[in-house]
Amino acid sequence: METFASLADGFAIALTWQNLLLALLGCFLGTIMGALPGLGPSNGVAILIPLAFTLGLGATPSLILLTSVYYGAMYGGRISSILLNIPGDEPAMMTCLDGYPMAQKGMAGQALSLSGVASFVGAFFATWGLIFLAPQLVKIALLFGPAEYFALFALAFMTLGGVSSTNQAKSAFAAALGLGLATIGVDTQTGVPRFTFGEVHLYDGLDFLVAIVGLFALSEVFIFLEKRHGSADADKSKVKVGRLTPPLSMLKETAPTMMRSTGLGFLAGVLPGAGASLGSFISYSMEKRLVDKDKTFGTGDPRGVAAPEAGNNAAAGGALVPMLALGVPGSGTTAVLLAVLLSLNITPGPLLFSQNPDVVWGLIAALFIANFMLLAMNIPMVGLFTRVLMVPPRILMPVVAMVSFVGIYGISGSSFDLLVMIGFGVMGWVLRKLDVPLVPIILGTLLGNTMENNLRRAITISNGDWFTLIDSPLSIALWVIAIIGFVLPLIIGRKVKSQMHASRDQEGSVAD
Amino acid sequence: MSDRIFGVVGILLAVSFAFAALAIEESFLSDAVGPKAFPLIVATVLGISSLFIALKPDAAPQWPSLGRLVEIGAAVVVMILYAELLPVIGFVFATAFAATYLTWRLGSGPIASVVTGLCTSVGIYVVFHLVLGLSLARGPLGF
Repeated sequence: METFASLADGFAIALTWQNLLLALLGCFLGTIMGALPGLGPSNGVAILIPLAFTLGLGATPSLILLTSVYYGAMYGGRISSILLNIPGDEPAMMTCLDGYPMAQKGMAGQALSLSGVASFVGAFFATWGLIFLAPQLVKIALLFGPAEYFALFALAFMTLGGVSSTNQAKSAFAAALGLGLATIGVDTQTGVPRFTFGEVHLYDGLDFLVAIVGLFALSEVFIFLEKRHGSADADKSKVKVGRLTPPLSMLKETAPTMMRSTGLGFLAGVLPGAGASLGSFISYSMEKRLVDKDKTFGTGDPRGVAAPEAGNNAAAGGALVPMLALGVPGSGTTAVLLAVLLSLNITPGPLLFSQNPDVVWGLIAALFIANFMLLAMNIPMVGLFTRVLMVPPRILMPVVAMVSFVGIYGISGSSFDLLVMIGFGVMGWVLRKLDVPLVPIILGTLLGNTMENNLRRAITISNGDWFTLIDSPLSIALWVIAIIGFVLPLIIGRKVKSQMHASRDQEGSVAD
Repeated sequence: MSDRIFGVVGILLAVSFAFAALAIEESFLSDAVGPKAFPLIVATVLGISSLFIALKPDAAPQWPSLGRLVEIGAAVVVMILYAELLPVIGFVFATAFAATYLTWRLGSGPIASVVTGLCTSVGIYVVFHLVLGLSLARGPLGF
């Protein structure tokens, strides 16, 4: 019952005019960003972080704004999947398989509203899952000492690669690169500068917001410059949206699918490193195995639309669990949200629930509110968003680039940071060409300092004995899971991933 | 081939990172681990993974033609110029210039590009500075 009391407090925090307005703004912007091909949840949130700071928003309002964007982008991704057969973001790519055929049959409106309902179901129950699972995880996390935390971070990096890349060596490379970038700057324990090459700007370390915006948003601009997507926006207006409410029979038929996919998606989200793309993928494949008796999946079966949408939205909620309870994000976008928390001087993890309950419960309440707003926005007003899709990338991408510059300049007011950001943009472009995942880099720059501090604390406590790292049953268990998580994808992951990529459109956006 | 080059670059990066780590001056007040150990672990992981990338390369990605590469290079130069000129000529002019360039290169006609660039710049100025109160770079004319 304590939970409900806390939740009620959360609603008291979330239900102010400012927070409601921010949630509404976030949902609206998020849906647009999700819907536009090329702008996914992670770059959407990344672009808006500097805005939240420079507006001087407090911790709870900033998080409400940004998680609304996150949920909104998860809803919005389906719109262009269904209408244009181009996934608006990576998690929405499975929705193309049945959504677009439905649209071609003249049922675009029904597909849109059905997927809206499925998104709502997925996100709504996943938020409940978050409420009940996160405090349990916190209880375990309270047993963690520095050695266990070090093992936990290692686990996050080692399992992250399994799903975010086809090549384990490349994700290990990305993680190490990120951790290396994090060590730049004055060493927090001894005060000696490391890897600064005498450049005063580097003494504070690289600002991870600069890295995130550069890697995600600017590299996207370079990808567009490379391909010059002029041709993709030719025949957008031809699809008729049609009737905007799903018939009751369709809802009834798809209800079991939605519930199963929600469960699966939530689990996929909670696992470190998996995230929403995997959530929608396994939900779709599972439903296909279970209920596709007449081989209608892939030809416009409503269940094939409901499954991935419920799955990816549930995974989005699930991914918040490890981020809030352990401070270890489960996906790219939650890594970006972690960056927000760190910049606001709030350390996520078990202590967050006892020290800043207002932040946690305010956020959770805001998620519920955002969900209802999104449902309202995404069914009657979906026509508005379909019109946004007609903005061609040649106008959109410069705006994205300029807003990124404005945001970063707004935080620091220095040209040096802008140059670093451009450097990260170019690096992000090259690494994406080489199929190196970007999420481990971000996670490395975010968590590098905490990881190192935990390592040093653990060894200092044990007077320089390195074996303290594998001294407790808990840390041994974490290391075992980490090693299994790293090795298992080498055996089976390649197959799953190649199936996933086979159905992916050529313009791969960064993983959710 | 791309991956082999990438792997070799990665190994070089790891080696130079390790050397730079060894060159860190230790303070006389150090903890049991010191500032060098963690970077050295990271350099090891970086080196081993680069070695694997070089030895077992994936299929080469499709690199853009030379023309497209020049295109991206030019965009980078424009962005660097933008970053440097921003405090000198002010937000509105710098942004209009950069947005015009990008819009033009992404396929708009010359006049449409100038119009889009100006609208983008003024739009961002109005929304972010006048409405939201963000401080943007000031030029000699005050905007």
